[in-house]
This record gives sequence, C-alpha cells and structure tokens, in this order.
Amino acid sequence: MTVANTISRAEVGASPRRPPPAQESGAVHWLKKNLFSSPFNTAMTLLALWALFVTLPDVIAWAFLDAIWRTDDPAACRAAAGACWAVITEKHRVILFGTFPYEEHWRGTLAIVAIVGMAIISAFKRFWSAWLFGAWLAAIGIVLVLLLGGVFGLTPTGTHQWGGLPLTLLMFVGTVVGGMPAAVLLALGRRSSLPAIKALCVGFIEVVRGVPLITVLFMASLMFPLFMPEGMTIDKFLRAQIGMILFFAAYAAEIVRGGLQAIPRGQYEAADALGLSYRQKTGRIILPQALKIVLPALMNDIIRAFKNTTFVSIIGLFDVLGATATALEDPRWVLYAQEAYIFIFVLYFAFCYSMSKYSEHIERDLSKGRNL
Amino acid sequence: MTTPPAQIQEAIVELRGVNKWFDAFHVLRDIDLTVGRGEKVVVCGPSGSGKSTMIRCINRLEEHQEGDIIVDGTALVADMRAIEEIRRRVGMVFQSFNLFPHLSVIENLTLGPILVNEMPQDEAEAEAMSLLKRVRIPDQAWKYPGQLSGGQQQRVAIARALMLKPKVMLFDEPTSALDPEMINEVLDVMIELADDGMTMICVTHEMGFARKVADLVVFMDDGEIVEAAAPEPFFDQPENERTKLFLSQILH
Ligand SMILES: Nc1ncnc2c1ncn2[C@@H]1O[C@H](COP(=O)(O)OP(=O)(O)OP(=O)(O)O)[C@@H](O)[C@H]1O
Ligand SMILES: [Mg+2]
Repeated sequence: MTVANTISRAEVGASPRRPPPAQESGAVHWLKKNLFSSPFNTAMTLLALWALFVTLPDVIAWAFLDAIWRTDDPAACRAAAGACWAVITEKHRVILFGTFPYEEHWRGTLAIVAIVGMAIISAFKRFWSAWLFGAWLAAIGIVLVLLLGGVFGLTPTGTHQWGGLPLTLLMFVGTVVGGMPAAVLLALGRRSSLPAIKALCVGFIEVVRGVPLITVLFMASLMFPLFMPEGMTIDKFLRAQIGMILFFAAYAAEIVRGGLQAIPRGQYEAADALGLSYRQKTGRIILPQALKIVLPALMNDIIRAFKNTTFVSIIGLFDVLGATATALEDPRWVLYAQEAYIFIFVLYFAFCYSMSKYSEHIERDLSKGRNL
Repeated sequence: MTTPPAQIQEAIVELRGVNKWFDAFHVLRDIDLTVGRGEKVVVCGPSGSGKSTMIRCINRLEEHQEGDIIVDGTALVADMRAIEEIRRRVGMVFQSFNLFPHLSVIENLTLGPILVNEMPQDEAEAEAMSLLKRVRIPDQAWKYPGQLSGGQQQRVAIARALMLKPKVMLFDEPTSALDPEMINEVLDVMIELADDGMTMICVTHEMGFARKVADLVVFMDDGEIVEAAAPEPFFDQPENERTKLFLSQILH
C-alpha cells in the first residue's frame, strides 16, 4: 500500500525460512581465497615460492644432508660442507651448565626439571590459587638446595660456580616471583592517598625506568658494596638478582597501574558499601579484575625479563649465552660459533614462543563468557 | 499501608545540619533528615540537586564537612573501623548495579558474609539461594553478571546488599538504568522488601512506587530540602513552587 505523495514504501511478506547459500570450501577454495585472490597477492605468492625454491635446498643441504652430527674431531667438520652440529654434542655440558662442576651436572638438570615442571603446572588454570605461589617458593627452595649444595651430603657449590641454563632459569623465575608482588605494591602505592608513600613509589618507578638495565646491573654489582658496612659483602648473583627484580618491578608496576585505572569507580564503591576492608577490597575485587585486563601486557614484560637475563653476563655471571661464549673459547671449536649460536637461538625461541602461545591461550580462556 | 509517620518509635538514621562542599561548590546545605526504624523515605528532585550525594554520605561513600550523621546509634566520624562497621549495617543499591563481573552471581552474594562475618561457605550459599529465590532468580545462581539482563542484575544487587542483614537499605535511582519492561520486576522486589518492614531510603522518580510505600517524600533542589511530606499531601497539595514545577514536569 502506498500513501499519497510519499516515495517511501515497503513490500510486505517473505518466503519461508531456508538454509544459507552453499559455501565454497576445500583446499582449492582456500588457496584461491588466501594466496591468489588478487594479481598483487598472486605475485607475492609466486615471489615467496621462488625465494623458497632458491634458498631451501641449500639450507636443507647445509643443516641436514651435509651436516656433521657427532664427532670429537673438529677436523672432520672442516672437511664437511655442511653444518657442524658436533660442536653442540661436544660442548653441550659447558653451554648448559657453564662452570658448574662436571660431576654435579645432575643437580643442574634436576633444577631445570623443577623449574620447567612448575611452569607447566602453572599453565593449568585449575591449579591457580595461593597454593601455587607457595609451590613456586618451595620449588625455588629446592632449586637453591640443588645448586648451592652443602646439605644432605651434597658438595657445596658457591654461586660463583653457577652457570648455564639453571642460572638463566633461576634468575628469570626469581625476577618474576620477586618482581610481581613488588610491582603490585608499587602500583597500589602510587595510587595511595598517603603523600609519603605515593612520593616514594613514584620516585622509585621513575628513577628505575629512567636508566637502562645495564646501568641498574652495574649499580647493583659495583655500587651496592660501597654502601655496605666494612667487611660485609653480598653475593654477586644476589646483587644481579636484586637489580633484575627492581628493574622488572618498576616496569610491571606501571602496567598494573594501567589495569587499576581501568576499574570503574562503581567497583570500589560497591566493595566499600559492603564494608570490606582495604585489603579485602583490593585482593578480592580490584586486583583480580585489574590483573586480568593487563595480563597480555604483563606476559610481554615477563618474556622480556627472560631475554633480559642475558645481560648478567656483562657483570661476569655465566648465563646460557655467556656460557656458550666461554665454550667457544676452545680454539679447536671456535670456527663453529655459528652453529652454537643457532642452538642458543632455538633454545631462547622455544622458551619465549611457548610463553607467548601460553599467554594467548589464557587470554582467550579468561575472556570466555564474561563481560570483561 | 505502613506504620503512620506520627508514631516514630526510634530514629535509625539521623542527619543534623549536614553541609558538604565539592571544592568551592556548596552541594548539601543544612540537611536535616530523620528516618525511623522500619520507615521508608523517598527522595526526589531535579538532576544535580544533591540527592545522590546525600544518601552516599549516609554510608560514607562521600564525606560531609559539617553536621552530624548518626546511623543506628553510631556517629559517622573519620575512623575507618567505625565506618566499616556502619557500612555493614547499611545496604546500598546503585543505579549502575556495580556487580563484580569476575565473580558468579552466588559468589557476588556470598563474598560479603564470608569476608566480613566469617560465615562458613555452605551456610552463606544456603542463605544466598534463599535470597535469590526471594528476588525470583534462583536459576541464575551460577551465571556471571555479564550474562544477565539489567533487571536481573539489579535484583542480584539487591540480594547482595541484603546478605549482610542490613538495618537500612539505600537505593540510588535503582531503576533509572533499566529498560521500561524491567522496571517493574525490580520495583516489585522493592515493594516486597518494604512490606517486610525494611527501613529504606530511596532516591527515585517512580512516583507510583513513592505513593505506594513511602512514609515520607522529600523533595530536594539546589542542595537543600525544599519540601517534605507524606505522599498524599506531597503529591496532591504541594506547597512550594519549585515542587509544583518539578511534579508537573515528571507527572506531565
Ligand atoms: N565527585 C564530585 N566532584 C565534584 N562535583 C560533584 C561530584 N559529585 C557530584 N558533584 C556535583 O554535585 C552536584 C550534586 O550531584 P548529585 O550526584 O548528588 O546530584 P543528584 O541529585 O544525584 O543528580 P542526578 O539526578 O543527576 O543523579 C552536581 O552539581 C554534581 O555535578
Ligand atoms: Mg544521582
């Protein structure tokens, strides 16, 4: 029906419900849609295929077909055209454990297993509770016993003998476990209504964020002892650890603060109206929501903290990278640094990529079915 | 019908000469208001008149600068313990619900009693279920707030406030954020609560609700109480010009 003098009109009625039109699917459709959808896309696909065609055979030949996997004689490597992976089979003990005494490497291995095992357990949400934090502290205790020795009939091994992967992992875990609570306290302190606390937190965060990590580590390693009373020394590992914690905490605090700011005022008021104390309100209402919001950014910082452990080699601690450099000082193998560093590359990538994938996974998991 | 306002047995909330400023802005001016135990007071007035500020002073979400506020025999002073104690005796329902989105409905309800009164979890859950029945949404107990409609969220919020067995309930425009078809489901719960004898202070423009349950209707404008009367005289013979203007605007 039309009304006089109006252009607007609508047709009334429809056909019965029917299924959606058939969708193209299958491999050919996928290729067409993703690789050959436009002339430009097609050109890029062909270019990429050509690049692979040119390089891949050489890479495969070097890395696999012509590679030497096992030999204790570097001369065999020099004769071969491919990679000399033998440098890793020969030197893996030094790379993984640095200067830790050879007969005690099993303790280093157990320490690695303990930390990686805890990391895997922590990945399951059903284990998330206050217990998990306790379990981490216990695991760190066990790792310290394993690495320090001196009890249960273990040979004492001082921190100056530590090195390699156990050192890297312990430094990393110590940074996060020590740094996260500090970051949360700093972030809360920065929003405190008490001027003294606020000024202290702002000052700390700004100073630490204003200098490079190397400077913090140098400060920790060279300056701390100057402030110590005569005759008292703090262990070099501990000094580096404190430096790493301070640096991580300052950055993570700003991330946590961002999350705190994202919580609407109504959440604070609802908690207040129930008569919750500051601690209950913060611990049960505000922090769980704030940390959830900033989890991706925090994971980013945690991954960076893992990579930052390589800086400790500058102040004379042999993390995995530093230990590799030492291993390559052996003149017989010095030519094969490339292979050794590829191994280190893969090692770091494996750790960082699993953390990154894991963070993607919890992000998806946490956003399920809730309006946050 | 509720108790006639003439026989005030006992005051449970008292505001005496309360003044408050936001910076230089005088937002509450000489507020005097007494609420008797079991009585219902409806507060109305134009936007920005200070209604929210006034009821938020009663549980110290806002701090007043002059005058006395006495809740259930305890004066509100700057002592955190006293304030927390008073907040536990005063329930509050907000315009924007303010449920905790990271907790399920039942956790929203049990959190208060478990943390504040150290109630055992199973006892708190039983209590929560019976309150959810009372607000007619027991089947939503395990959902998260984001999965509920506005009307359901507001009823959860009322149940959450009731969990601590408050002596007074404060409502700040509990239905203004709701779609029209959900307003009544919330008002019905509030009327039931009123009939059960709860002391209520309610900021609202739902005049039907005010007529039905209020013992006293208070009209605020520009930070002062302009008119206060029982519903019939308030609506039928308002005295102040500002009240008349306001009523003509909202009742068309
Ligand atoms: N935190 C604050 N800081 C400064 N001014 C404020 C603050 N909160 C409210 N005000 C001002 O105080 C006045 C009263 O606000 P209030 O929220 O109490 O009004 P209301 O009567 O509840 O209004 P509405 O009906 O819009 O909710 C307003 O002019 C408002 O702008
Ligand atoms: Mg208001």
